[in-house]
Amino acid sequence: MSGLEFLLAGTLAAALPMLLAALGEMVVEKTGLLNLGLEGMMALGAAIAFICVYHSGSHGLGFLAAAFAGALLSMLFAILVIGVRANAVATGLAVGVLGLGLSALFGKSYESLTVDGLPEIGLPVLSQIPLVGPTLFTQDIVVWLTILGTVGLWYVLNRTKLGLIISAVGENAEAARAIGYQVGAIRCAAVGFGGALCGLAGAYASTVYTPLWADGMIAGRGWIALALVVFGTWKTGRVVFGALLFGLLSLGELTAQAVGVGLPSQLLSSLPYIVTILMLTVISSRGLKSRT
Amino acid sequence: MKVRLVRRDSASRMAMLAAPVLALVLTCLTSLILFAALGKPAGVALHALLLKPFLSWYSFSEVLLKTAPLLLIAQGLAIGFRANVFNIGAEGQFVIGAICASAFPVYFPNGDLPMMLPAMIICGALGGMAYALIAAALRTRFGASEILVTLMLTLIAIQILNYLLLGPWKDPRGFNFPQTVMFPFNALLPILIEGTRTNISLIFALVASVFTYLMMQHHFGGYQLRTAGLAPKAALYAGFSAPRLIWISLAFGGLAAGIAGASEVAGPLGQLQRSVATGYGFAAIIVAYLGGLNPIGIVISSFIISALYIGGDSATVSAGLPVAAVEVFQGMLLGFYLLTFTLIRYRIEFDRRIAA
Repeated sequence: MSGLEFLLAGTLAAALPMLLAALGEMVVEKTGLLNLGLEGMMALGAAIAFICVYHSGSHGLGFLAAAFAGALLSMLFAILVIGVRANAVATGLAVGVLGLGLSALFGKSYESLTVDGLPEIGLPVLSQIPLVGPTLFTQDIVVWLTILGTVGLWYVLNRTKLGLIISAVGENAEAARAIGYQVGAIRCAAVGFGGALCGLAGAYASTVYTPLWADGMIAGRGWIALALVVFGTWKTGRVVFGALLFGLLSLGELTAQAVGVGLPSQLLSSLPYIVTILMLTVISSRGLKSRT
Repeated sequence: MKVRLVRRDSASRMAMLAAPVLALVLTCLTSLILFAALGKPAGVALHALLLKPFLSWYSFSEVLLKTAPLLLIAQGLAIGFRANVFNIGAEGQFVIGAICASAFPVYFPNGDLPMMLPAMIICGALGGMAYALIAAALRTRFGASEILVTLMLTLIAIQILNYLLLGPWKDPRGFNFPQTVMFPFNALLPILIEGTRTNISLIFALVASVFTYLMMQHHFGGYQLRTAGLAPKAALYAGFSAPRLIWISLAFGGLAAGIAGASEVAGPLGQLQRSVATGYGFAAIIVAYLGGLNPIGIVISSFIISALYIGGDSATVSAGLPVAAVEVFQGMLLGFYLLTFTLIRYRIEFDRRIAA
């Protein structure tokens, strides 16, 4: 495979887990909450999906179970933060730590086993395009479903009443409550949705992207997803763009290591975080100016 | 019918003590069920987790060794948490502290530098503090969330650590392992208890505890911090400077984490290696909340969490649990604590009126 093909084919797959988790977290943050437990929810989803696929051979079942597990764990966050008004930062971390621990506990006896990945599906006409077609338009079904789902999410958030309600809850919870929306229930649903997407993200990482189970295999993707939401300024399109960029960077890091480029690979690995801090600074200072 | 939480007028001291104990009991019960469901010997696992650390002098001294960094970092973080300044990047400040301290033995590997150890500790402290203050500057100048900035800085710190250990600071005679040279004798912290690894960093942590206790209870600065946390508007009207509280909170948090990082490389590790970043900074956040953000409570909670680490190690051997079982325990403990704490501080009231 040539360098270009490798990058094209790999970027989408590398970006996918981060994208799914980030989209989920974006919805949570749109309702005015911050769930720091992404890494743990992804790890739990990854372990559950792997175990399911290993025993049943069905990826569908694995993804379903992972989404359920992620949502279940996120309900802990919902109960503590929305239900009994516990501190969101501490709760998010507790959920994250718990998820990481549970994934290792459940996955212990599956260490370094493997499952089959998913077959790749080529889009009829597009995959015939010379040069980029065969690699760019030949992806596994999860990629295609994610693209569909992302468009759907964009539509719901920007073109429907539900999207308006979600923004209203995040921007002014008191006002939303005053006009009769169940703020708690909406936030709860958003947190559950975010948890489910994190579970799916983990499932993709452990059963498709690298179809094997190893403790710690999420390897910071949850934190990157958190950065992505900021990077994408809570807008679906920009989050997708950011995920592709971060995916490309993570591939670039591998390639740089393999080729032995003079640039330290650690600098490449740090780039998403450095860029996120810069983005955060720019966005926040704009916010300050508009307020004063 | 609506369910409401109504804050009790006064939380009794009894209730403050009951919450953590109740949380510990609930955690034990839940883990018993979980371990049993996974086919692990639940009784053996709990025995190892909770009792083994206290059954031998050696494991008890290891508990004290781990208590030191957790206690030190948690006391520093709690200062900020009380004022609603959420420094969640102590892990990064800890790593930077370890790196800054390591510079001396790396460049003077023969130990021919007078005042080696004090220089390392001071440099570690300043390094950790400076790293945390990046977040303070971005928060006060641009309004950037310190939660996200400190988190991102942590991830960057780990990359800096990797870079140094794989590149310029790698021990040339270290068989290509990513670690620095072994530190000379005068770069190591004195041992506190003969025959164990417990060193004087425990004293640093205890001094920090006394300091935060005095500051929070008897000093105007502590009063300002607490007011800013409980009633930000009131603090504003009273003329307390919000930016100054942010600078103070992050400075103390980074300082403490930096000293802890320096103590780790000058203590049990004796060199800079990747395993320096094992999550003390994140665990300390749990410690701070479990201690109710109270200086005395944090002394107790750091001891408990550290005992769980040592217990977890023995559970991997005796009950076949993965090391991460400790994380399950920590996560549950904090979750149950946050739950019981609120239920004890608040009354649940059922509102039977129909909303008009």
